[in-house]
Amino acid sequence: MQIAAGVRAGTLKAADVLEEHLARIDARESDVHAFNLVMTDQARAAAAAVDAAVAAGNDPGPLAGVPVALKDNMCTHGIPTTCSSKMLQGWKPPYDATAVTRLAAAGAVAVGKTNLDEFAMGSSTENSAFGPTRNPHDLSRVPGGSSGGSAAAVAAGFASVSLGSDTGGSIRQPAALCGVVGVKPTYGYVSRYGLVAFASSLDQIGPFTHTVEDSALLLDVIGGHDILDSTSIPALQPSLRDAIKQDVTGLRVGRITDLPEGADPDVAERLEAAFDALRAAGATIVDVQVPAFSYGLTAYYLIAPAEASSNLARYDGVRYGLRVNAADTNAMYGATRVAGFGEEVQRRIMLGTYALSAGYYDAYYGKALKVRRLIADDFDRAYQHADVLLTPTSPTVAFPFGSKSDNPFAMYLCDVYTIPTNLAGHPAMSVPFGTGAEGLPVGVQILAGTLGEPQMFRAAAALERAMGVSK
Amino acid sequence: MVYKAGAVTGDEILVDGWELIVGLEVHVELATATKLFSASANRFGDEPNTNIDPVTLGLPGALPVLNRHAVELAMRIGLALNCTIQPSTFHRKNYFYPDQPKAYQISQYDQPINIDGFLALPGGKKIGIERAHLEEDTGKSTHIGGAGGRIHGSDYSLIDFNRAGVPLVEIVSRPDIRTSEEARQYVTELRSILVAIGASDAKMEEGSMRCDANVSVHKPGMPYGTRCEIKNVNSIRSLGRAIDYEMRRQIDMNEAGETVRQETRHWNENDGRTHTLRSKEDADDYRYFLEPDLVPLDPSPEWIQAVRDAMPMLPGARRARLSASTGQPADAEAVMVVVERGQDDYVLEVAAAGGDVGRALIHVKEGFADEGSTPTVPAADLAGLTRLEIGGQLTATQAKTVLAEIVANGGGDAAAIAAAKGFEAMDTGALEAMVDQIIADNAAVWSKFCSGEDKAMGALVGAAMKASQGKADGKLVTALLQAKRTA
Amino acid sequence: MGVSQRITTADVVKVAKLARLDLDPEAIERTTAQLAGMLEHFADIDALDLDGVQPMNQPYPLTNVFREDVILVGLDREEVLASAPEAEDGRFRVPPILGLDS
Repeated sequence: MQIAAGVRAGTLKAADVLEEHLARIDARESDVHAFNLVMTDQARAAAAAVDAAVAAGNDPGPLAGVPVALKDNMCTHGIPTTCSSKMLQGWKPPYDATAVTRLAAAGAVAVGKTNLDEFAMGSSTENSAFGPTRNPHDLSRVPGGSSGGSAAAVAAGFASVSLGSDTGGSIRQPAALCGVVGVKPTYGYVSRYGLVAFASSLDQIGPFTHTVEDSALLLDVIGGHDILDSTSIPALQPSLRDAIKQDVTGLRVGRITDLPEGADPDVAERLEAAFDALRAAGATIVDVQVPAFSYGLTAYYLIAPAEASSNLARYDGVRYGLRVNAADTNAMYGATRVAGFGEEVQRRIMLGTYALSAGYYDAYYGKALKVRRLIADDFDRAYQHADVLLTPTSPTVAFPFGSKSDNPFAMYLCDVYTIPTNLAGHPAMSVPFGTGAEGLPVGVQILAGTLGEPQMFRAAAALERAMGVSK
Repeated sequence: MVYKAGAVTGDEILVDGWELIVGLEVHVELATATKLFSASANRFGDEPNTNIDPVTLGLPGALPVLNRHAVELAMRIGLALNCTIQPSTFHRKNYFYPDQPKAYQISQYDQPINIDGFLALPGGKKIGIERAHLEEDTGKSTHIGGAGGRIHGSDYSLIDFNRAGVPLVEIVSRPDIRTSEEARQYVTELRSILVAIGASDAKMEEGSMRCDANVSVHKPGMPYGTRCEIKNVNSIRSLGRAIDYEMRRQIDMNEAGETVRQETRHWNENDGRTHTLRSKEDADDYRYFLEPDLVPLDPSPEWIQAVRDAMPMLPGARRARLSASTGQPADAEAVMVVVERGQDDYVLEVAAAGGDVGRALIHVKEGFADEGSTPTVPAADLAGLTRLEIGGQLTATQAKTVLAEIVANGGGDAAAIAAAKGFEAMDTGALEAMVDQIIADNAAVWSKFCSGEDKAMGALVGAAMKASQGKADGKLVTALLQAKRTA
Repeated sequence: MGVSQRITTADVVKVAKLARLDLDPEAIERTTAQLAGMLEHFADIDALDLDGVQPMNQPYPLTNVFREDVILVGLDREEVLASAPEAEDGRFRVPPILGLDS
């Protein structure tokens, strides 16, 4: 991480780095709309503090002076955290998410809260209550979602790195569409404390960066056990920055031969090129099958909305957020929630409530949990023969606004390749690998088994080297 | 769960031919320092909303983490109620209510920590315990503007979340209770157990123990009737009254050919009746599913054994021990009272100091009501008093007087006190001579007594006490008179 | 029961009530059609043999995660109530609680 190294060494001023980024925000943010909030004053104060620490001979940390953007579903104490929803418009959390705290402790400078699909439900950031984010590569197209703002912020140079959250592909897919690196770690790798919950057994926080090494550094900083999250993995994990130093000689890279079809030709071509690059770098390509892979979409769209319907029940107008007054509490609930939630959120709450309801649990939610087991088992079998798997991240490059809005199911298909890893709790990342139609970015997805981040990052670094991206 | 009625035994307790079936659900607040899933204080009586944190308030992004000590206390409760402790999981129970900050309660559903136990009533009858599981408490609402602070007719409500997240154990009995008296005994005994093991202070009046009753009636041999859940019972006495009222209500309806509706009913202490709260048709579908933010609970055998080893002697065992020692039944009033006060160890100390355990039991019961569980009177002093009684040197009445002085002074030498008061029991020879004199002096009364008028005994005993200036032991006089009559 | 059975407007009305969403009749119709369409897609899992398959609730298997019973500083009441839609007397104020179990 060049910025941090320079700031710690005193050769770079955090304040100067920040001003560069603020200037870029000034120039293009009105077009891109990556942010719900630009934290100009707070950022300047934080950067000044970093510089003061360095001047006093103290080490601000491994992310010293690095401008970071935070998806607006991560709690930031005293700073509005809206989840891009009218329900939480203006709401200021009284506490910080653990990931936010760890970034600050490492010397990072938060520049703003980024736009997202409302409550992280979507694949294009068109579901934001505050207007969409536009893809910096082509403003007529979506940046992907739900972490579209975080992906765009890095792609447009508004921030050096950013954090997003991934429940079904919400980091990886926008990373692919915006041409940046995006990582969803193993479930439990990064604390979810302070991340506004969408689907509790699927959500993970992860980084957007320009380089693989920067993502490794981010995860080394924000990852690790948190006593405030019962599902966070207790054991200490090896440093990923060390892992990427290893080349891919002898690494077994799996091609899933029964992968669902549907990737556009330009995307498929980039995937082949990625296999070639890894082979050329010394990896072995093996054929594997993951028969239950294609059932991931169905299982996901029963499990995630079910958990979400429960997680979003707390938005009832009683303690925080929007309230629509009514004659009694029950009426207040109904009026508040229909006014505060957008259409996609309401739809998923309805689907999830139905999937859990009496008489339907076994047919829907209960069945989906079993399908989940099949998918995880199939992956485990595949990982007996391969160290990592390679697939497209998104079936298409960035698509035009409104082109998938008529049919919710068309939008859900954007996540066909990313969803199964969330169900299994496995790590996966998207690495930019050239361009496709209209010169738009294409990303390839590297998948690994539980805590397989070291192998995954090795493969990612090799692909990056093949693209000629310097560290 | 459907309970089938068993075979008719002929032992059933019937009211107008109907048998009462009661199951009790008791919620107890655990005596932990902090809440079940977060580190805010678990304290009663603090200023509203001063024991709050993101988890308590259900803020976006908050996550629960399980309190180890709450699990320990839940295990103590399970062992004290003879349950099996098993691996368990947590579920979400989803429903909307202003005092429920997440719009779901984290509870235990199909795999609770404690199952299949029992509680023995003092008389020996065992009431089955289906389960005793962990769950979190809700906040508290205050209703403003309605009559008597009730919801009905209120203008608005105010919510305090101090209590939200406090650890509860819900103890569910099997429907083995057959009378309101049994129900009262069950709750009384449960409370004693909970206090003895330090799990809860279990005060119904303060809300740290809450009791709901499931009540139905049926005719022996017939299936169980429709049951109603009775809520808002705030004392053990109310519990008995509410059950009796509800039993009568259901019997009367059945006799009149009316159908008892399955519903939740609210006990009103003021009018002494239960009232419809809400029909079960509107019941929420709780959409239970496994809590994804928590992981399963699987206490190790070592932990369970450690909890077992640390268990104090329970009230039932104390009563049994005292009963064995004194020959009194375990549910005799003196035994119950002395154990309830925690004075049974003391009684046994008196026996160990050479005292008579039977006399000690009675004296402690009668004279030590205000002494607490560690009486100030040295055990040896009370032992000395009982030896005088047993040796015949003090009458029962004299002993009581000496006892009162010993208690008032926090101790004392019984013999010295008796001597100072001029108490001496009469020796047997003198006693018999006096009795013969009484018979001679009261010939008419004596012949009435000899011809079967037992009432005449009183006059003779009274005369003996008067003649001996209280030094005669009334019981011995009575025994002598009866012996002479028989002879 | 197969996933492909259509969901009816009556079902949707019940679900909306459970979810406390005041959907107007037009929204009920629209939602019914959309959910029915989705459930048609989701019927693919009906083809799977799930006999004896254990449900997977949590991806990373952990057990016995605890915190110690020690009081930690919580939130400031004034800060929290400042974000409340309505507060009075140190507490959260809500309209009359009617139509709910009590």
